[in-house]
Amino acid sequence: MATTLDKVDVVTVGVGWTGGIIAAECAKEGLKVVGLERGQERSTEDYSMVHDEYRYAIRYELMQDLSKETITFRNSRDQKALPMRQLGSFLLGEGLGGAGTHWNGQNWRFLPYDFEIKTMTDAKYGENKLPAEYTLQDWGITYDELEPYFDKFEKTAGISGEDKNPFWGARSSEYPTPPMKKTPLLSKFETATSNLGYTPFMMPSANLSEAYENPDGQQIAACQYCGFCERFGCEYGAKTSPEITVVPAARATGNYDIRFNANVVEVMKEGERVTGVRFIDTVTLEEFIQPAEVVVLTSYVMNNAKLLMVSEIGQMYDPETGEGSLGKNYAYQILPGASGFFDDQMNVFMGAGALGMTIDDFNGDSFDHSDLDFIHGASISMTQTGSRPIASNPLPPETPSWGADFKKASIENYTRTLSVGAQGASMPHRDNYLSLDETYKDVYGVPLLQLTYNFTDQDRALHKYLTERTVEIMQEMGAKTVVGRAPISDYDIVPYQTTHNTGGTIMGGDPATSVVNNYLQHWDMENLFVVGAGNFAHNGGYNPTGTVGALAYRCAEGVIKYSQEGGSLV
Amino acid sequence: MAEKKNVSRRDFLKTSGIAAGALVGGGIIGGVIGANTRQDTAAPSGGEAGQNGGAETTEPVRGLQFFKNQQEFAVLQQATERIFPEDDLGPGAIGLGVPFFIDHQLAGSYGENSREYMQPPFQLGEATQGYQSRLKRNELFRQGLQKMQQEAQSRFEANFVDLEPEQMDEILTAFQDDEVDMQAANAQFFFRLLRQATLNGAYADPIYGGNQNMDAWRMKGFPGHRPSYINEIESEDFVEMDPHSVGDMLS
Repeated sequence: MATTLDKVDVVTVGVGWTGGIIAAECAKEGLKVVGLERGQERSTEDYSMVHDEYRYAIRYELMQDLSKETITFRNSRDQKALPMRQLGSFLLGEGLGGAGTHWNGQNWRFLPYDFEIKTMTDAKYGENKLPAEYTLQDWGITYDELEPYFDKFEKTAGISGEDKNPFWGARSSEYPTPPMKKTPLLSKFETATSNLGYTPFMMPSANLSEAYENPDGQQIAACQYCGFCERFGCEYGAKTSPEITVVPAARATGNYDIRFNANVVEVMKEGERVTGVRFIDTVTLEEFIQPAEVVVLTSYVMNNAKLLMVSEIGQMYDPETGEGSLGKNYAYQILPGASGFFDDQMNVFMGAGALGMTIDDFNGDSFDHSDLDFIHGASISMTQTGSRPIASNPLPPETPSWGADFKKASIENYTRTLSVGAQGASMPHRDNYLSLDETYKDVYGVPLLQLTYNFTDQDRALHKYLTERTVEIMQEMGAKTVVGRAPISDYDIVPYQTTHNTGGTIMGGDPATSVVNNYLQHWDMENLFVVGAGNFAHNGGYNPTGTVGALAYRCAEGVIKYSQEGGSLV
Repeated sequence: MAEKKNVSRRDFLKTSGIAAGALVGGGIIGGVIGANTRQDTAAPSGGEAGQNGGAETTEPVRGLQFFKNQQEFAVLQQATERIFPEDDLGPGAIGLGVPFFIDHQLAGSYGENSREYMQPPFQLGEATQGYQSRLKRNELFRQGLQKMQQEAQSRFEANFVDLEPEQMDEILTAFQDDEVDMQAANAQFFFRLLRQATLNGAYADPIYGGNQNMDAWRMKGFPGHRPSYINEIESEDFVEMDPHSVGDMLS
């Protein structure tokens, strides 16, 4: 029998960026908030010996324990979905801070074009620019409407940057802290892209250029450029993370409790309202019900979608008919790029996760697509994130992958290779979606989420075009040998690509084609909110966190407003 | 702090029964780095007592935690050495302690796949769906090494460890090209696992038992655990630094 706990005003499922932001904002308004986190407490002290590539970057110390729960995957509907038995293509997080602990800190605002992509594409290129199977839709909110929330997240996070990009949306204020150091390697990229007529600028960074106190009174330290960000926690408290910002801010109110080892398995409902959540204590295996006035799903893309599905809230997407919205528009990203081999040794092992320079000349609709067979594009960056020796074994063409020649070449080129990489936008497609698996279950007996996904012709065309641009940039940088990334064919879940999964619980202006409204409030259940990158109706050409942070602040405002007024917020 | 230099190679030579001469190379470390140019000769008798200023040298005792059969471990030693061989830049897999690293990993959560989804039903899928075998890594390694020995017998009528380097490479290539039959697994996957485990052992922090004396980091120019590069990050020139282990933080 489940034990029913005392009712609270707000319960969040998961405590990363979104759960932490909801908690901080609601608790400051006097609402009693409980955060249920299936992982464990952790803080800066836990990262003091984090400079260990094998443990953290290869063996995934901070990532999800797949023995308890994973997803299943297939490329297309005619295949049998099989479990993702090992981590690979993307790295699911676990524990306090979630993926906000082990992110690189590259912090972007999606472009004005992203939020109105259907309307703007149709207006400029006609309604048939992409075939009908691309289920492109507007997000139900504009960049201008979301701008105050972007601003708020950046001030909480203390983002370091410079407003020198002519292609992004207008900003209401400057970045809270100046850009990071422009290293000699970044200057190479700056000079080359300037020579080619583009407009390079310092990447907006959550590895802070200087110590900063945010509006909540939380302190963030200055980055030491140690080169251990992505897949690691920051031992200096210099990479903005939930556990050093919004979580302590929420706790300081006295209105916030976090319950660890609490794995939510169901959203409880009664009529057209949710009543709370059911969770299992992963240590004792006891079952609890946490009743709440408002439930906010703040876990990762995959789990937010899964919880709605297993709780039978909303209409499942059907790829045959195109009807239903839950699970629709899962998108990923594609990664065009080029490597360049140089003669001189470079300090590639120094760096920070968001130490980089970028051009947006080929992102969004910055460039004319009239004669191109794809839409959108990619941010193109050179980052100096800290190359590590297990993972980084750059090989010129025709080099074997093991043996004497491999050893010589990988050692020679480790400090003599640079990469220019693009984050390619991913357009939704009728056949790419999330559903529930009928065979495999997690350790608590709940069905696994099933992913059906493959790259599309749009992806392949974008990848080819953007790779050509990155090759030109690398040539201009003076590399003696330049190698563009091979064309993409089928999506493969084995090699790491990116943890920028999106969609499945998309936001929009129409209940028939979206899961939540533009306050991230569920269309069918007014006291249920669902927030995260799952809300993205397509994936853009940037890292998602900045936009996720903005949506979380928007959602927090919605929760507070709902608590006062009730009813649908739109 | 206890001096830990050059332990694995000597221990290997003491225990493996493989002719020392094959492994004693020039071994001048630091051609790339400049710093720490200690001559790393592999001769078992090449004592370095004088280097520690008279301090007593405590060498950790090495042994096997997973493999029970010395023959299997010897195949692992030779196979990893072919993947990452000793050369004029420095030691190979054996000299770096990689086979011990792999043995220790196979005895723990890596070998047991304890943080991975291992629930049935097991069904072979598309390559894009990833690893679907019911075998744990330590089972896969044992079978793979036994198959290498069988291949040596069937192709050359000899033990794998007695083959010429080119013959070992032929067998490794057959695994890489998926031309060897394995049970409930495929040879290409095993080869990739073996290759990656070799690189893991070569370049992981020495606290795991490989990368002895941080020689792989020295070869590559990676300084290991350094708390900060804030004073070097803007340098126009390549900065040469002695590597540090994250284990130093506890000493």
